[in-house]
Amino acid sequence: MGRTLFPGSGAGSVLALTAPLSFWGGVNPENGRVIDPRHPQSGQSIAGQVTTIPRLIGSSSSSSVMLELIRGGCAPAALLLGAADAILVVGCLAGRELGYTCPPVVEVDPMTLLALRGGDARVEAAVDRAMIISADGA
Amino acid sequence: MELTPEQHAVAAGSDARAAAMRIVAESGVLLGARRLIPIASAHIDGALYHGPSGVEFAEFLAAGDGRVAVPATLNIGSLDLIRPQNVVHTLETRALALRLMQAYEALGCAATWTCAPYQAGHRPAFGTQVAWGESNAVAFCNSVLGARTNRYGDFLDIACALSGLAPDYGLHQTGNRAACVLLVTDSVPESLKRDDSFWPVLGALIGRRYGGAVVAVDGVAPQASEDRLKALGAAAAAFGETALFHIIGATPEAPTQDQAFQGGQPEETVVLTPSDLREALSWLSTTDQPVTAVGLGSPHLSYEECVEVARRLDGRRVRLPLYLNTGRHVLQRLQAEGMEAALTNQGVALVADTCIVAAPIIRDQAGVLMTNSGKFARYAPSNIDHQSVFGGLSDCIETAVAGELRRDLSQWR
Repeated sequence: MGRTLFPGSGAGSVLALTAPLSFWGGVNPENGRVIDPRHPQSGQSIAGQVTTIPRLIGSSSSSSVMLELIRGGCAPAALLLGAADAILVVGCLAGRELGYTCPPVVEVDPMTLLALRGGDARVEAAVDRAMIISADGA
Repeated sequence: MELTPEQHAVAAGSDARAAAMRIVAESGVLLGARRLIPIASAHIDGALYHGPSGVEFAEFLAAGDGRVAVPATLNIGSLDLIRPQNVVHTLETRALALRLMQAYEALGCAATWTCAPYQAGHRPAFGTQVAWGESNAVAFCNSVLGARTNRYGDFLDIACALSGLAPDYGLHQTGNRAACVLLVTDSVPESLKRDDSFWPVLGALIGRRYGGAVVAVDGVAPQASEDRLKALGAAAAAFGETALFHIIGATPEAPTQDQAFQGGQPEETVVLTPSDLREALSWLSTTDQPVTAVGLGSPHLSYEECVEVARRLDGRRVRLPLYLNTGRHVLQRLQAEGMEAALTNQGVALVADTCIVAAPIIRDQAGVLMTNSGKFARYAPSNIDHQSVFGGLSDCIETAVAGELRRDLSQWR
């Protein structure tokens, strides 16, 4: 169902971000809220959510925002990406060196991304394979 | 991923070098790399303060006896160390931001504090493998210098610098550097190509429309100066994830169209129209409200750009705050030549080591920032709650002097 970019497990309600996003300048590191005014999900929070993102754009400072979210307890429950990107995963790798629990990051195919639009989901990402269990794909 | 026995041994350790090796190697696995390759230099984007976690990470590396294995320059921090009064942090934030910058210096990085390291003496040779962070610097390094890097985010850049290695994937490999989209500019007026405001708009268009694809632009080489390519790359990397572009006839991997495409054919050929450009121009302005400040220098202004600002000001005082963001490599020269004093007397605010969109420098809580930078236009609304108004350098200067918007868009019709 997906390729694990960073292993782990997480569950929560699904927040589908429908446009590409830069975490730096796009997400408030203190609370996880989407602050890019041009983004369709502006004002919503990724904290604790199974968050889908078609692709990441923009500044390479986004790793720092990811680590800040992890340290502050405002990280998404899981990140499902339409295209692999090292920048957010590196935030998780740094978090692991510091001893924090970090959310799983999974690259998913376009069909899976489209199917996840709401409801709850659980992500189990092992190194060799990732499972996404959706309770309600509606 | 095949690590050498030496790399395995390093990764099994408990010091900073071990943590760096684990981060580089595991990133490499995720990115599909088969091996790690030696790098010649690094540019580090981790010293901008985003919160206590970055300080924790940098001090963790410094406490683990971390030391860069290759020459490494530093991107901006959150403080202006030369003119501390420029930045209005709380005492707590100032202390943390300073600790962050000091930790990176303790790791052996050079205190360049600029997002234009390529104009501060850090210019890797054509074909050199490097690991750079900061999206504009990555685009410039690949496209204009022809050195090879991927977009290394915070933490991975310093991990590469500490280990002296990078994962062998993406733009490190020759085949991935071929253009796949050809942008033809025959129907764009030459007068527009000669206007400095054309370049960030073209960059925004490339970034937003073509994302990570390598784009080659034909028909703009005669006008492609280094500072214009800098502006293009910064806008492209702010509006998309552009890490490499080619300007046929100007950039080093594209002396000809055939070389830009490495002998292949374009997957897509697009004839750029004035209407495409007008649409991209519209992305760079988010309001019609009155301008409250003018900001230049993202990426940091070169010495030549500062001279051009002074020439256009021609001794006049500004009515609106005018911020010139540059690096200490330029500021020191401006100070030595007396130009800093002259600009200050005209009411211009010089900012070094950081910038107005990355640190709290503009005193107004909200407002409207006029800029000639695609990157400032992209990030001012979300980062500092300033809507953006885009214009060329001359329009920005005239607006600052007049105290209200002066903008000539006739060349875009």
